[in-house]
Amino acid sequence: MRVLAWIVEGTWETAVDAAARLGGDEVTLLHVVTQETVDASAGALAGLLGRRRPEGMEAELAGIAEHAARALLDAAAHRLGRDARARVVTGRAEEEVVLAARDADYLVVARDSRHPGPKSLGKATRFVVDHAPCTVVLAWREGAPEGPPLPPHPG
Amino acid sequence: MDEALSLAILAAALTAAVVRDRRAPEAAVALAGAGLLVLVGVIDGDAARDEARALGPTLAVLAALLVLGAGCERAGMFDALAARMAATAGGDPLRLLALVFAAALATTAVLGLDANVVLLTPAAFAAAARARLPARPHVYACTHLANSASLLLPVSNLTNLLAFRASGLTFARFAALMAMPWAVAVAVEWFVARRFFAAELGGAGRSVPAPASSLPRAPLAVLGATLAGFAVSGPLGVDTAWPAVAGALAMVVVSPSAVRGVDLQLLAFVLGLGVIVRAVSDAGLGEAVNALLPTGGTLVALLAVTAIAALLANLLNNVPALLVLLPAAAAAGPGTVLAVLIGVNAGPNLTYTGSLATLLWRRVLRERDAEPPLGEFTRLGALTVPPILVGATVALWLALKAIG
Repeated sequence: MRVLAWIVEGTWETAVDAAARLGGDEVTLLHVVTQETVDASAGALAGLLGRRRPEGMEAELAGIAEHAARALLDAAAHRLGRDARARVVTGRAEEEVVLAARDADYLVVARDSRHPGPKSLGKATRFVVDHAPCTVVLAWREGAPEGPPLPPHPG
Repeated sequence: MDEALSLAILAAALTAAVVRDRRAPEAAVALAGAGLLVLVGVIDGDAARDEARALGPTLAVLAALLVLGAGCERAGMFDALAARMAATAGGDPLRLLALVFAAALATTAVLGLDANVVLLTPAAFAAAARARLPARPHVYACTHLANSASLLLPVSNLTNLLAFRASGLTFARFAALMAMPWAVAVAVEWFVARRFFAAELGGAGRSVPAPASSLPRAPLAVLGATLAGFAVSGPLGVDTAWPAVAGALAMVVVSPSAVRGVDLQLLAFVLGLGVIVRAVSDAGLGEAVNALLPTGGTLVALLAVTAIAALLANLLNNVPALLVLLPAAAAAGPGTVLAVLIGVNAGPNLTYTGSLATLLWRRVLRERDAEPPLGEFTRLGALTVPPILVGATVALWLALKAIG
């Protein structure tokens, strides 16, 4: 059984703990670096119309992102406490995760927030849940919240 | 003929600034272009000298701001700020966003837009990474506030500096009139960011131990004293360049390497651009802008001025857009100048590079590896810019009514 855990800042502990409980022969921790953040700040630099030297800074920002990604996966691997593969890819998070899930039997995803109902999934997470080509395990941080009563049945 | 030549030279200087080829640095292109315009008599020597003299104090303030920013950076202010924000957030993404907002407002107001983009944005990125929180809301907030929160003080944006002198306002009066528009802009950014990034702001990061060292005191004290100097410069009848230069000298005493923050190329570029735009204005574009720019001072007129300024800034870039509109706006009065500033400062958030010109050039550069479209950034701009333009202009109109 191959388990893929999607590691995101802010919710990574939930995904790691769920993956640990799931077990499996082979665990992969996947983190996606979204180029968009680096691009947005590089764009702001370009907007300065040559007032500063952007060349060095784009590399600096990419460096921060890469360092942060590695530190996050190290922390995740440490928390998992067993052998696991760590993978960092760059791109659109939802697409990369769905792509990587092709080689997995289970995909572990943490909900984005403890808001009960559909708002507990952000846009990227929603896409992954809808399109993952394998079984998806969807975990609440700190257990399921006590939400409002279920909405009335439509019909 | 004069008009065509001066417009061609303006286009060349702006192209050089966007393209940034080492063989034709924008400062050299701008200065050579200004020289050529004097040489062929499109602008006469005296007018060029007047323009240069008028720009002198503005360039002094700009140089001083660069020194102040560099001094803070070299004293480790932004690294310390990143560590402190990560620790104070306590793993709460919303609290981190509030801290980043506060830091961005302070940095942009006092050190200017450039300092926010160059010095604070990496710090916000690093703070998020340290707290193991998604960086996106915090980095986007920084890049957005660099523009929209640069309305407050004459030193917050190069456009403000250039317009400040022409507006005839004192430092304190400028700030008083722009306080409400600025508050509206910040409120819109906060309101939209909280909803736009709801998913990222719903998680929890880790608590980071507070750093042993606090923020470096000496540069903060210099900044505070400089700001106080700006505030009293008006009542004392002293040019704002004096407190700026005094603050920069104090910063050099505190942190000697800060003097390397002065960017002579930038100063030369702004000087050359000023002379070129004066020539363009004198050659006939000025009249065209005069005819186009509503001058009534009514709410509708101010909204139209803001819209024109925002449109032009999105096509060209904020500094050239301002320079083109400034003579006509200054003739119409301080209210019109401030409405232009709302447009050229807050407008550029519609494109992530601040203008179509820069965006197109970046597309050309990246032709092969197909830059991601940054649809998110554009959506965020579309949600924040129109309400800010309208809300801030209404606030300006009210402020003008209240304090005249």
